[in-house]
Amino acid sequence: MPQTLFEKIWSRHVIVEREDGTCLLSIDRHLCHEGSFHAFDKLERENRVIRRPDLTIGIADHYVSTKAPELGNEEHELRIPIEKLTANTKKAGIQLYGIGTPEQGIVHVTGPEQGLTLPGIILVCGDSHTATHGALGCLAFGIGASEVAHVLATQTLWQEKPKTMRINIDGELAAGVVAKDIILHLISVIGANGATGYMIEYAGSTVENLSVEGRMTMCNMSIEAGGRAGMIAPDEKTFNYLKDRKHSPKNENWDLAVTDWKTLFSDANAVFDKEVNIKASDIAPSLTWGNSPEEALPVTGKIPDPKNESDVSRREALEFTLQYMGLNPGTSLKDIEVDRVFIGSCTNSRIEDLRAAAAIARGRTTQVPAIVVPGSAMIKKQAEDEGLAKIFVDAGFDWRATGCSMCVGMNGDLTPPGERCASTSNRNFKGRQGPGSRTHLMSPAMAAAAAIMGRITDIRELEPVDL
Amino acid sequence: MEAFKKLDSTAASLQVANIDTDQIIPARFLKTPRSTNHGEFLFHDIRRNSSGELDPNFILNTPENKQTQILVADTNFGCGSSRESAVYALFDAGIRCVIAPSFGDIFYNNSIKNGLLPIELDRNEIEDIWQILKTANNTRIEVDLKNQTIHLPNGKNINFQIDPFRKQTLIEGLDDIDLTLKYRQLIEDHETSNAVERPWIATIS
Repeated sequence: MPQTLFEKIWSRHVIVEREDGTCLLSIDRHLCHEGSFHAFDKLERENRVIRRPDLTIGIADHYVSTKAPELGNEEHELRIPIEKLTANTKKAGIQLYGIGTPEQGIVHVTGPEQGLTLPGIILVCGDSHTATHGALGCLAFGIGASEVAHVLATQTLWQEKPKTMRINIDGELAAGVVAKDIILHLISVIGANGATGYMIEYAGSTVENLSVEGRMTMCNMSIEAGGRAGMIAPDEKTFNYLKDRKHSPKNENWDLAVTDWKTLFSDANAVFDKEVNIKASDIAPSLTWGNSPEEALPVTGKIPDPKNESDVSRREALEFTLQYMGLNPGTSLKDIEVDRVFIGSCTNSRIEDLRAAAAIARGRTTQVPAIVVPGSAMIKKQAEDEGLAKIFVDAGFDWRATGCSMCVGMNGDLTPPGERCASTSNRNFKGRQGPGSRTHLMSPAMAAAAAIMGRITDIRELEPVDL
Repeated sequence: MEAFKKLDSTAASLQVANIDTDQIIPARFLKTPRSTNHGEFLFHDIRRNSSGELDPNFILNTPENKQTQILVADTNFGCGSSRESAVYALFDAGIRCVIAPSFGDIFYNNSIKNGLLPIELDRNEIEDIWQILKTANNTRIEVDLKNQTIHLPNGKNINFQIDPFRKQTLIEGLDDIDLTLKYRQLIEDHETSNAVERPWIATIS
């Protein structure tokens, strides 16, 4: 019987299947960050042993200062979760990529970069953006603290089998349109709960033509459509990406692995519970205007008018959103001025993202405070070696050390109340970047353009600079 | 984990879609250990006005909802971040059941693990409940997990679905780690055969 990519991976990991279809799955890789202290505390309270510490890697990212990374954080209170991660991993015998290590970075950037993420595996992490890793053809999903504790104690998880959804995106992307625009467009089409209960597979020529990093940007935001996992069949690009990474298979294991990975695709007649088709030509450079990732429009769009909403509760919700965001109905998105810019996060902080932003920043000057936070220490170094860091600094951007930073604001990098931030991150929720913050999600090039112009800008209209 | 008992409580309507876990508990409270009461963090920023005082119009700030155990919410409740502290905040504030048309998947699982019952109903049924809560003399709802029934103040009953294993977990207050460890031999056998078939996965090289 033809199988989907997901079914092939799922069936390899089933240890026990209950009558109701819920399965006990083996977990190949577990990544944990500072937030894991709840799980370690629970295990401690219950006097439990960590079963396979060798299959977990700890990485500090959420609370790490981007200004004083060598201290962990300059604020004592924010150092505590980092210190807990260090102590918990040390006690358990778990390898830690902590403060100051060359491997440190945002967990969803570091995993693939270090070859911890491999096709065909199940990878989990106590973070909803774990779907990112699915870009390499594995099943990766976020879990809560109780499930993190369960993984640490058993190296397994009980999971109900999700439904499957294939999202086919075909055709050539227009100039200026990148992976971030695809995923923002997609979420605006299927909705913030369009994929709830589903495992997404992204397929089609547009996806095949994306780089591995672009695929990560797409899979990363699967959760913003409600999908716990998003995946893409591995191909030659995936294998080339993984070759010679620190933890990638080596020598004869590499050959064995690639032979196996080539069997990981959805069979021709495999059946999905749902299929969605998207035309690449329908996608423009896009951004969000509201407080849900589904509230996205092409940059040429206008703020919607609550008067046109017939459903009373939706109209009230829209009015509330516009009030929170400080926006008026009918305003052109391009007329919206921004107060600051954040380029970073597990969605868009990889080297290609930084190159795209630097290409806009080059020879220009920022109008508003803007920070660039690379996704890992390795990317930071590479960007410095390539001269990207200098371009940013010369243009007035603040070049920072790695971490989750202003995507979630836990390390102290916040957007002040009432300020509007053009951000390459993944969530525009109320207060996400700090209490009262107003977030507009967009691609790295669009965010860089917003920093240069001081307002939302269509990168296609940006005049070239004479250098 | 605390076993789930039959509820007979006032219910509060929260008629806003896409209430994400950042709104349920803002990120700055996530470094708080579980031993601290998380109830005061619940909806921290959206239940307060700009000067930081409790907004008397927010549904959980009204006198009749001080002790409420049931929240009747809108679509996609608990979407976003996987933070289990969102469930800690609801639980510590006394909420034992959230009824909504749909939930964030991770939030749904986290709820079950902490003795909080998430009930999914069709949105038109939710709208009926909101209407009843608005017009009835009292807003008491009974939630009977054993019989999978909600008794509304107007005498109407609604049945709900829940996976039998999750139901058992809630009713008995089970911790699934103990259950899983009964399969230790099968887990080890699986790892052994996996190491032969796919040696590159068996360890982190």
